[in-house]
Amino acid sequence: MTVRNTSDNLPNPVRPAFDTPSTEDGVIVNIGPSHPATHGTLQIIAELNGERVVRADVHCGYLHRGFEKECEAHTWHTLIPFVDRLNYCSALINNFAYCDAVETLMDVEITPRTRYLRTLLSEYSRIADHMTCIAASVMELGAMTAFLYLMTIRDWIYEHLADLTGARVTYSYGRIGGLAHDLPEGWLERLEEILDEYEEYIGRIHGLMDRNRIFIDRTRDVGVISTEQAVHWGFTGPILRSTGAARDLRRDTPYLAYSELDFEVPVGINGDNYDRYYVRMREMDESVHMIRQLMHMLPKGPINVDDRRCTFPEKHRVYTEIESLINHFKLVIDGPQVPAGEVYRAHEAANGELGFYLVSDGTGTPHRVHVRAPSFVHMGGLHKLLEGYQLADVVSTFGTMNMIGGECDR
Amino acid sequence: MNAGDQKDGAFEYLTTRKDELVGWARKFSLFPYPFVTACCAMEFMSVSSTMYDTDRFGAALPRFSPRQSDLLMVVGTITHKQAPVLRRVYEQMCEPKWVMAFGVCATSGGFYQNYAALQGIDKIIPVDVYIPGCPPRPESVIDGIMQLQEKIAGSSHPIVSDRF
Amino acid sequence: MSADLLERLRARLVDEGREAAFAHGLLAVQIPREALLDTAKLLKEGFGFDLFLDVTAVDWPDRDPRFDVVYHFYSTRDHVRVRLKTAVTGTDPVVDTLVPLFGAAAYMERECHEMLGIGFRGNDDLRPILLYEGFEGHPLRKDYPKEREQPLVRYRE
Ligand code: SF4
Repeated sequence: MTVRNTSDNLPNPVRPAFDTPSTEDGVIVNIGPSHPATHGTLQIIAELNGERVVRADVHCGYLHRGFEKECEAHTWHTLIPFVDRLNYCSALINNFAYCDAVETLMDVEITPRTRYLRTLLSEYSRIADHMTCIAASVMELGAMTAFLYLMTIRDWIYEHLADLTGARVTYSYGRIGGLAHDLPEGWLERLEEILDEYEEYIGRIHGLMDRNRIFIDRTRDVGVISTEQAVHWGFTGPILRSTGAARDLRRDTPYLAYSELDFEVPVGINGDNYDRYYVRMREMDESVHMIRQLMHMLPKGPINVDDRRCTFPEKHRVYTEIESLINHFKLVIDGPQVPAGEVYRAHEAANGELGFYLVSDGTGTPHRVHVRAPSFVHMGGLHKLLEGYQLADVVSTFGTMNMIGGECDR
Repeated sequence: MNAGDQKDGAFEYLTTRKDELVGWARKFSLFPYPFVTACCAMEFMSVSSTMYDTDRFGAALPRFSPRQSDLLMVVGTITHKQAPVLRRVYEQMCEPKWVMAFGVCATSGGFYQNYAALQGIDKIIPVDVYIPGCPPRPESVIDGIMQLQEKIAGSSHPIVSDRF
Repeated sequence: MSADLLERLRARLVDEGREAAFAHGLLAVQIPREALLDTAKLLKEGFGFDLFLDVTAVDWPDRDPRFDVVYHFYSTRDHVRVRLKTAVTGTDPVVDTLVPLFGAAAYMERECHEMLGIGFRGNDDLRPILLYEGFEGHPLRKDYPKEREQPLVRYRE
């Protein structure tokens, strides 16, 4: 007879850093991983003294899906769908950062149209990502109306991106040396409509949240971190900017078309939860501003580079010419031949510095892919933001950190 | 269910089988527990908010306590590390309970065929309805909910035990 | 000015007998593992590389020494990156920890330890972070089969 697992003999996957309270009236509580405020993938073991968190031990890894191992079994092209599922709130930024890294290694220069399109789509994704973050974090504090407003507009963005790419969340739209295809007709007109709608909706969010007594009480001076500490713990992106450091890769080490754009880098003052919320709100406005500029700058021309090492030949040529047929076959079966070497390329993703470290041994399959995922690094310093605050503040702090399981745990 | 003898638009009496009546009541009062882990959560958020609104199907109010819910929605990849948690949540739910595998990862492991991902949640808990897609479009989720409702309506509901 | 800084750094390291070259937009430095801590300190204190980006390792099963441990640093003042690389053998894959210098290293060293089995001398909190207690082996080593599962929950019959 086989013994069934019951709750009593289920193993505990993690070992807490401490299991006895440090003081007599301390208590140890476990939060997560299956908890509505921890996105289902994070566990916080906290020691409390009264309502105050004294120590916190953060465990992630509940969504570790073996991304890096999986990459070593795929060709450079076929792992693009896996890259999508790192930060699934803004899959396009991941796509483009990865493609950029491979292109750097192959020494391929993308066409101007692709360069502008990638910039535009990155900013568009950033809006969707920030919206998701703000929606989720304010909903956890009880702001259901703001959540529903943000979800409505995010759904338009998703449907609009589905018109372009065919999928609502996981797009797989980037290609090494270009993009999957060009914009469909009427896409830019609809984009303009959505941006106008965005402005109206975001105005409502400002009205609902900015001076909301409850919201301010729960976010002001909660989860404070200084610039120095933030850098020490490796924080990047909106979290670092909320402390007042105007550090943004888009401006500091310009890539794609960012050097030609006019935009501001919004920064906070205190580095608390409210600032993180507000920095994200302002960043969305900047993204809209950038998209508007890009819509006028978008040049005409091809989207894929004319390079047989990475670009697939056109379908009609595959059917009629033997060279194209062989080229197509080789690209599918062996993958693009990336010269041996290593590269680290970073893009400013919605959460911070998203870096791809790729090692190639000269074949069509990566030797090693490593992702410097901002969420993972942020979780490494999360305990600093929790300790000293109330237990209820865990929810609001964690919400504004915008931890994305797929990217954090890979 | 048959409604009998309608006078002035009102029912005088109703003939039905107990199973049908209970099934009808249960299928419209699903209390989902969203076991949300990964990318499918993005679609889950869409499904449950304004555009698609599962409230119309009587399956809206998420309960974040397994004791209060009867539909376990497993949304996203379940890894081996997560498996004991899922199993424990399932065991804590009261009967009658149903399980929905949302997305291919929950259904079969999806395209993660490696040391980390559980190859389908049906390896550790029974599943009533599978929704394919990576992630599934909200329409297919709604379709899945409706199919589950049909299943609930059509199954037997032994509520009266020997003790009564 | 940033190119200037990297050039100064390169000259300084080459003086000390290190290999340093520019590659794809950053300065790549090869160091022996004994020099790791000193070089990291020099980067942080002498040249302003304050942001610890990343540590990982690369497995070359047919090579001796078998592993490369790879670090990336970034300077938030000058906006440039440096890569440090050091080789360790398969029999003694241990390097010094950088946790005293950079808090961010703590989590990443834990990950590197469980994924590739690299030891970090001086870091006594190397509990699994992405994997779980009781997981045997190091999945990112090339000799770990991709599909070898180690389930925690007994499967249903
Ligand atoms: S089915 Fe696809 S979208 Fe859903 S969790 Fe799995 S990988 Fe993510």
